[in-house]
Amino acid sequence: MAPALEPMVGRYVRLEIDGVPHRIYFEEAGPGDEGGIPLVCLHTAGADNRQYRHLLADPEITKRFRVLAFDLPWHGKSTPPDGWERGEYRLTTQSYTAAIRAFCRALELDKPVVMGCSIGGRIVLNLAIAHAAEFRALIALEAADFQQPWYDTAWLHRPDVHGGEVCAALVSGLIAPQSPPVSRHETLWMYMQGGPGIFKGDLYFYRVDGDLREKVRTIDPRVCPLYLLTGEYDFSCTPEDTLRTAKQIPGVEVTIMKEVGHFPMSENPAQFRKYILPVLAKIS
Amino acid sequence: MSAADRFAALPRLLAADEDLLRRGRWLTVECRVDIGREPFFLSIRDGALAVLDRGARLMRSTAFSFRATDEAWTNYWKPMPDPGWHDLFALTKRGVASMEGDLRPLLQNLQYFKDLLALPRREVA
Repeated sequence: MAPALEPMVGRYVRLEIDGVPHRIYFEEAGPGDEGGIPLVCLHTAGADNRQYRHLLADPEITKRFRVLAFDLPWHGKSTPPDGWERGEYRLTTQSYTAAIRAFCRALELDKPVVMGCSIGGRIVLNLAIAHAAEFRALIALEAADFQQPWYDTAWLHRPDVHGGEVCAALVSGLIAPQSPPVSRHETLWMYMQGGPGIFKGDLYFYRVDGDLREKVRTIDPRVCPLYLLTGEYDFSCTPEDTLRTAKQIPGVEVTIMKEVGHFPMSENPAQFRKYILPVLAKIS
Repeated sequence: MSAADRFAALPRLLAADEDLLRRGRWLTVECRVDIGREPFFLSIRDGALAVLDRGARLMRSTAFSFRATDEAWTNYWKPMPDPGWHDLFALTKRGVASMEGDLRPLLQNLQYFKDLLALPRREVA
């Protein structure tokens, strides 16, 4: 019997982010020969590119798009830069933006589409603010200009609390109750595997450094189309947060997804597919 | 059946859940859960509910407490809770629940407590 191989291929790429050498892991799938519209996918805080495995394996998408999902430095199989042990990890608007642009440059992607979720959604808004002309379209999942914090991130990294378990337990409530148990627990498994302090460091960007209130007013979707999609069960980035953000951006397309929470692509791939296929059809 | 009546079934519900007992096996703690205005005192030993005392107890000391309104618990325990009522932190964020005290045992065993406090969802209202 032939091996049941999935279509995505994983590789490492060497690149520099702000002058620092990095080894970045990514997976991709597409129509072949590097054809198709590049679609770069950004995982949530404290997770990795596996969240997009269902998109990478969806022929309806990969026949038109070259889907690329990379692990941010410190995440998944991307190694931290040399000397990481001597400092505290903190993601910033600047470092996150630089990582995405470096990846797109290194892979020589021509006007890619970028889709990000949660912190990935927030940084997509920043791409729309600061670098819109570089992209064909931008898709922000579970994104808003600002969200009210709902717990103290100090609990995420301390020696008397298991980091992986507390990260997963905290975000478990952001998954919709309708999501299939297998997908729910696969999503949580990724949170259990994050490096110490990495989820917390990502949330520095989310809570402290990445406040985009007022700035989103400068987004012009005529330069680069922008799509916002948020799950109704996401109480971290609520539908109200996304709708408030959308109101400030004339021409943006916004969708509130039923029976979905904060991790649409991994917690309920079938439900997310219903919402993302029409968006991708408009882009292609 | 009131929300507090549903919560009073917790010893039976937990005793029937072998997986939750297994996951809580490292935990021994005294804590308090308020269902509306009615306090419950939980003595948890190795993940099992050794004692559940219903009603006020003078000067009872506990590590932490979790309080929520009757409306919050009733919505939280729906078979398919509505958005914003489906998680303990969704409840605290919307201001219908609170947690106080030494939260370390709560955070060290967070999924256990989330699942423990969701057990009355299995009980018909």
